[in-house]
Amino acid sequence: MRYIEPHAHMVSRVTDDYLAMVMAGCVAVCEPAFWAGFDRSSARGFYDYFCQLTDYEPRRAARYQLPHFCWLCINPKEAEDIALAREVLAMIPEFLTRENVLGIGEIGLNKNTRNEMQILEEHVRLAAGHDQLILVHTPHLEDKLKGTRLILDVLRSDKRIRPDRVIIDHVEEHTVRMVLDAGFWAGITLYPESKCTPARAVDIFETAGPDRLWLNCACDWGQSDPLAVPKAALEMRRRGFSEAVIDKLLFENPLSFLSQSTKFKVR
Amino acid sequence: MDRRQLLDLYFIDARSRLIDIAAFLDRLDRAGGDDDFRAEAFRRALDELDQPGPDRARRVLLAFSDPTPGPIAKAPGKSACGAYPPGPTS
Repeated sequence: MRYIEPHAHMVSRVTDDYLAMVMAGCVAVCEPAFWAGFDRSSARGFYDYFCQLTDYEPRRAARYQLPHFCWLCINPKEAEDIALAREVLAMIPEFLTRENVLGIGEIGLNKNTRNEMQILEEHVRLAAGHDQLILVHTPHLEDKLKGTRLILDVLRSDKRIRPDRVIIDHVEEHTVRMVLDAGFWAGITLYPESKCTPARAVDIFETAGPDRLWLNCACDWGQSDPLAVPKAALEMRRRGFSEAVIDKLLFENPLSFLSQSTKFKVR
Repeated sequence: MDRRQLLDLYFIDARSRLIDIAAFLDRLDRAGGDDDFRAEAFRRALDELDQPGPDRARRVLLAFSDPTPGPIAKAPGKSACGAYPPGPTS
């Protein structure tokens, strides 16, 4: 089988994970900018991180013949500090021309605060002004429903934003319909405890339909599984889905969305 | 897949998870002290399992969700706890 991993925080993973992913059929990996698990003390920390995402990490993946792409932003967990967030936003344009940058992400909300909303709106304006794809993080657990509604409001309020160029990630049973009905793409994240199991992800696929949907593992520094997507493929086989249907969800769908960036190429 | 095939595939796993939930509730009962909003939300969510309809997972998620409409003034922290605490925060 072949698959695209559209959301993985590889800077937090060991190199063995690249080998395991490639052996499982991964043909491209995409890495959104995210929270490091601690707050960075200055914008220079983000400058170094963006260099890591656009220079060092693609070279590490290339040792396993795996194309590596990334998305840039300041994560909503650090958006409460408006001054810092604006400093980081100001440095993003110089990185947008780098060859593995697909767009702006993962932007969004964490605790659904006014400051997070403000910085989300500024990220959306930045993406619209530079004609970039957008990858959106939706909040965790009890904050997801409200946060998803607020995010949809922000995106719909900027008339330059085309929903088919935006993926809204970490949807679950209570948010997937509102995302798809608004014309956006939806990502289902396979992650222990706080997001979906493979069985639930396949349930959502069965009920929401095959279009504008992808699966990802979002593996990071927490307990998470870089092979969650191929394990979901196994779950689909157990339910009797054909290889063609599995290929559409795990390869063709992310390829279709990501190829809206001319930089995106698979091995 | 028909119901029999789904039972073959998932029954043992679901049975195991159900017993884990029962044991969790027993553990709470054995412990001293008071419940908080998380236990209340958990029991509300359990009630949804008994209701008919095709969207129990969605309704359980809604039972744990913040129902308020607007953004809040300031983040109380970075983490989510899994249930919405009572009281005005908007």
